[in-house]
Amino acid sequence: MSGATDGLPSTPGAQQGSAPLVVFDPRLGPATAAEDPLSPDARQRVRERAAEVIARYPRPRSALMPLLYLVQAEQGYVSADGIRLVAEILGLTTAEVAAVVTFYTMYRRRPCGAYVVGVCTNTLCAILGGDAIFQALQDHLGIGNGETTEDGMVTLEHIECNAACDYAPVVMVNWEFFDNQTVESARELVDRLRAGDPPMPTRGAPLKTHTEVSRILAGFPDDLADVGPSAGPASLAGLELARRRGESAPPRPGASS
Amino acid sequence: MSFRLTPVLTASWGSERSWTLAAYEATGGYQALRTALGMSPDAVLQLVKDSGLRGRGGAGFPTGAKWGFIPQGDGKPHYLVVNADESEPGTCKDIPLLMATPHTLIEGAIIAAYAIRAHYAFIYVRGEVLHVIRRLLRAVEEARGAGYIGRNILDSGFDLELTVHIGAGAYICGEETALLESLEGYRGQPRLRPPFPAISGLYGCPTVINNVETIASVPAIVSGGVEWYRSMGTEKSPGFKIYSLSGHVARPGQYEAPLGITLRELLDAAGGMREGHELKFWTPGGSSTPLFTAAHLDVPLDFEGPPAHGSMLGTTALQIFDETTCVVRAVKRWCEFYAHESCGKCTPCREGTFWYVQIFDRLERGLGTAEDIETLLDLSDNILGRAFCALGDGATSPVTSSIQYFRDEYIAHYEQGGCPFDPVASTVFAGAGVS
Repeated sequence: MSGATDGLPSTPGAQQGSAPLVVFDPRLGPATAAEDPLSPDARQRVRERAAEVIARYPRPRSALMPLLYLVQAEQGYVSADGIRLVAEILGLTTAEVAAVVTFYTMYRRRPCGAYVVGVCTNTLCAILGGDAIFQALQDHLGIGNGETTEDGMVTLEHIECNAACDYAPVVMVNWEFFDNQTVESARELVDRLRAGDPPMPTRGAPLKTHTEVSRILAGFPDDLADVGPSAGPASLAGLELARRRGESAPPRPGASS
Repeated sequence: MSFRLTPVLTASWGSERSWTLAAYEATGGYQALRTALGMSPDAVLQLVKDSGLRGRGGAGFPTGAKWGFIPQGDGKPHYLVVNADESEPGTCKDIPLLMATPHTLIEGAIIAAYAIRAHYAFIYVRGEVLHVIRRLLRAVEEARGAGYIGRNILDSGFDLELTVHIGAGAYICGEETALLESLEGYRGQPRLRPPFPAISGLYGCPTVINNVETIASVPAIVSGGVEWYRSMGTEKSPGFKIYSLSGHVARPGQYEAPLGITLRELLDAAGGMREGHELKFWTPGGSSTPLFTAAHLDVPLDFEGPPAHGSMLGTTALQIFDETTCVVRAVKRWCEFYAHESCGKCTPCREGTFWYVQIFDRLERGLGTAEDIETLLDLSDNILGRAFCALGDGATSPVTSSIQYFRDEYIAHYEQGGCPFDPVASTVFAGAGVS
């Protein structure tokens, strides 16, 4: 299912196989959103939760971003109909909502796979192996940046720095960390995702599908916060060295100021 | 003076279920909040001023002064916004903190809100860190359940609402005014300053925006006091700081130390460069801070040290590269990042970063010319100081500093008609027999 052949209007960003300039990002998809209508049930669910989202903020418009995640949780992406619904809820024009959707890369504008595999190719990860991993996964899966495997299981993309540089090279799957990857481990990772046997993230909870993740990002978490470690080994490198060397901050004089 | 590591913020990261309220309270968590609520807001503000705490998001602005800019008795709502949009390439300190000990940040946020008399606080966290978001949302609910958030906190009469706002993938939203736009439900594009957020911030009201590490330092300052805090670090840059070492070092990771430590000392802690290799270049504080080389191993990493040598402390994100790394390739990739993340509002950044990528693309492929290097410098002159916000300025840092220190390497690319480096040699799996 290539982005360039799914019947949607072509844009410079949807062209595949050209020089890898990042100026137009294929992840963003076509400039116009797909038209798929939300089901009546989905509309109802979004509306019911919208009141709770709006109540988090002093002003309703601040709820726009979480509402877009709620729509994405229903369809896997933000459709033109999803934009209309959010505009209705907040009393905005569809242009105002579309302007926001198109600014942020985490709002998808066309369907994606159950698992979005993001290989960090910002400088540090790229040099430590991210470029090799990203190339190997494209070859292994037979798809390019922003494309989805034919079974609909994996969408592959390169991502920017994800704040885990001490675990480079890093691969994210549905925004969970897979630390210290190699070409082999990354190939095995996508094979298992496609086989319906997703491995555990290095520091996180069992993988959720992309739509389930969008619901959490709307501020409706599941109950998995207690799964996984406090920190990975690199996060603890300094602390453990301090313990071995017997070093610490000076003792605090007490609880008073 | 020989340094020592001073884990404060990181001290509990390895503890059992460290992210829970129970674990946090077992190590004295929320005692600082009790102390602070027993003081007047002005006294808390003065304490933070006296501590000398400076912003950890990159600029190093004195935190107490920033809080002090909030007009009092103005009849407007005040807002506290915590910037947890950690996205500066190389920066990886706030995300592990939120994963391991989110209550440290929440306690700090409540104290900070009290000091500036805000009754609404936001934590703007980047969206790409699902499990961190789970832990943060859970911690806020736990704190609410324990009466640390809500009405009449600990019977003090102080009310506070705290909302976690989840970003959606835009580096620019780490810029404080773009963050406010995003929080108001708009595209994340920076605002003209002045007016500064302290006067006209969120919804046009007085707003303090602080980095996660800044706010998370506040409970320790309240409980330890000014003298204790100032016993670490330097006169102008007091306190502890999380240094993030990544790249070609033996033991990458988070090392919390007094401000003023040097890369030589940090490298010693991290086991040195990876075996058989030597330091080539590094960023002191993320990709937006000009590159340093092995000549800068002894620069004190406080707010004064790097600027005296043409760079900045930034976010203390030390990305460290050895001699196998092509600096042109490294800088090209950062340029692609800035071009991708430029919000498009101002011409110097939008067009300048676009042209950077074009020029670096042909340089790296060996198709460049001597004129390209001059064009890069000219272009940098036209971005630096002329862009709407710090993103454009930051984009010029790796370009100009790499040409300053490694011009010969740029020349080698077009003289040899290609990149002289083997990209496999710089991977962590080099020599492991992988394709």
